[in-house]
Amino acid sequence: MTALQVIFLITAVGTLGSALMVVITRNLVHAALWLVAALFGVAVIFVQLNAGFLAIAQVVIYIGAIAILMIFAIMLTRRVAQDAGPQTNPNWAWAFLVAAVLFGGLTWLLSAWSGFSTPMPEISSRADPLRQLGQALVSPNAYVLPFEVASVLLVTALIGAIMIAWDRKSG
Amino acid sequence: MGDPVTLIGKWLENLFFGWGLSAGLVSLIMAVVGVVVIASVVLVLDIFLVWVERKIVARFQDRLGPNRLGPFGLVQPIADVIKLLIKEDILPKGADRFVYNLAPILALATVLLLWAVLPLSSTIYGTNLNVGVLYIVAVGAISTLGIIMAGWASNNKYALLGAFRTVAQMVSYEVPMVIAMLVPVILARSMGLKDIVDAQRIWFLFIAPLPALIFLITSIAELGRAPFDLTEAESEIVAGYHIEYTGMKFGLFYAGELLHALTVGGIISTLFLGGWRGPGAETYPILGVFYFFIKAFFLYWVIMWVKYSLPRIRIDHMLNLNWKFLTPLSLAILIVTAILDKILPRSSEAIYALGMLAANVVVGWITLQLLRLNVRSERKRVAEPKPVAQPETSVAAVTSQTSSSSS
Repeated sequence: MTALQVIFLITAVGTLGSALMVVITRNLVHAALWLVAALFGVAVIFVQLNAGFLAIAQVVIYIGAIAILMIFAIMLTRRVAQDAGPQTNPNWAWAFLVAAVLFGGLTWLLSAWSGFSTPMPEISSRADPLRQLGQALVSPNAYVLPFEVASVLLVTALIGAIMIAWDRKSG
Repeated sequence: MGDPVTLIGKWLENLFFGWGLSAGLVSLIMAVVGVVVIASVVLVLDIFLVWVERKIVARFQDRLGPNRLGPFGLVQPIADVIKLLIKEDILPKGADRFVYNLAPILALATVLLLWAVLPLSSTIYGTNLNVGVLYIVAVGAISTLGIIMAGWASNNKYALLGAFRTVAQMVSYEVPMVIAMLVPVILARSMGLKDIVDAQRIWFLFIAPLPALIFLITSIAELGRAPFDLTEAESEIVAGYHIEYTGMKFGLFYAGELLHALTVGGIISTLFLGGWRGPGAETYPILGVFYFFIKAFFLYWVIMWVKYSLPRIRIDHMLNLNWKFLTPLSLAILIVTAILDKILPRSSEAIYALGMLAANVVVGWITLQLLRLNVRSERKRVAEPKPVAQPETSVAAVTSQTSSSSS
C-alpha cells in the first residue's frame, strides 16, 4: 500500500464518519459542523486527485457560503439543542431497504467499471490544469453552453432575490 | 550565495539522504520542517507585534507607550504572554466544550495558513499553488466559521449577536475583495502568488491603483478594525464574539487579529506592491525577505494609521458603502481591465501600463462625479421642509386614509 492510499483511506473514513454523524447527532448545530467536516473531507479527496481548483472551490462555496448560511438559519431558530423526539419514523424499514438496494446496485454496477484497475495517469508538470479547465468552460467545443445556462440561472436567481426584497413603497 | 535558507535546506536534505532514508520520507520531513520553521517565525513575530501595535498607538495618541521593561519596553510583550498563560481558564456554564475550545485554534490557525502561499523571496516560499488567490479566499471562509463557532459555543447572547454582526460584515465585504483580487490575476495571467510577483516588473499599484485601494478598504473591514470595528461595541454587544474567553484562549484571538493585520499587509504587498521585489533582490534572495517585511510592515502601519484616525461608521453606512459603492466600482474596474487587457498591446510594457493607469484615473474621476451628484441630491432631500406633526391634522389624515382604503 502506498502512502497516497493510506491518506485516502484515512480521509474516506473521516468523511464517511462525519457524514454519518450529520444524521445521527441530535444537536442541529453539531450536525451542521459535522457537515462542514464531511465537505472538507471531500475537498481533501479532490486534492489527492490533483484537482486543486475543485478542492478550493469546494471550500469556498460549500464551507464558506452554504454551510455558513445553514448555520445562520439554524442558530436563528429556537430550541436548537433540545429536540428529544425519535430520530426515525415508522417508514425506517422501507428506507433501509431502498438504501440497501441502491447501494448494492451501485456496487454491482461499479464492480464492472474499468476505472478501478487503471492506474492514475501522470500529469506532466508543464501542463496547467487550471488553464485547461478555464478554456474548456468557454470553448464552443466543450462546455460553453452548460456554462452559459448556469450563468443565466444564477442571474435569474439574483433578479428573483431583488424582486422579493424590493421595497415597493419607495418606488 | 545570498540565500542561506535554501543552503540549509539542501544541507539537511543531503544529511537525511546520507542516513539512508528514502526520497519520499526525506521530502515529507523537509515539508514538516518547513511548516514548523515558517509557523514559528511568524508566531514569534506575533509576540513582537503586540509591542509594535502598542508603541505606534501611543505615538498616534501623543503618549509614550510601554517603556518600563527592557530597552524601549521591548520585554513588555513577554510579560503580557506570561500573564495570559497563568490566568484562569473559564468554561462558561452551558457552553459547548468541544466547539468552544476549537474556535480560538481556528482563529489563529487560519491566519497561519495564509503564510503557506506568501512568497517571501524569489526562492523562499511555502508553495506556489496555481490557485493561490482563491486559496486566500478559502482560508478566509474558514476563519468566518471559527468566529461563528466562538459566538455560538459561548452560550452568551452578546457573543452570538457579535458573531452575527462580524459574519455579516465579513461575508459582504468578501464580494468586492474577491473582485479586486481578480485584477492582479488578469494582469499577471496567473492565480499563483509567486507568478503574480514575478509579473510585477512595474508594481501593480501603479497599473491598477483603484483595485489596490478597494482591496485595502475591504481588508480593513475583514479585519474588523476601525472604522469598521462594529464587532466590538461596549454599549451594545460588549466585546463581541470572544466575550467569554479568558487567558490564553482570548490570547489566541488577540494574536490572530494582530497577525492577520500584518498578513493582510503581506498579501497587499504581494498582489500590488511587488512582494519581495527591490534593488538587488533577484541576485540576493535574502534581501527579498527584508523588502517583503518592510512593505508588509508599512501597510500594517497604514492600517493602524486609518484605525486611530477615523471614527467608527454607522452600521447602515457600512453596508451601503459595500453594496452601493465598493461592489459596483470593483465590478466596473474589473470589466474595464479585462477589455483593455485584450485591446492594449502586451508587447510594449509602457503603453500597457499607461493605458491601464489612464483607465483607472478615468473610472476614478467618473466615480467622484457620480458621488458628487448623489451627495447633492441627498443634501437637497435632507434640506426639504419636513412635515411637522400636528395632532389635529394627523388624526384627520389617518381618518381620511382609512375611509379611502375602505371605500
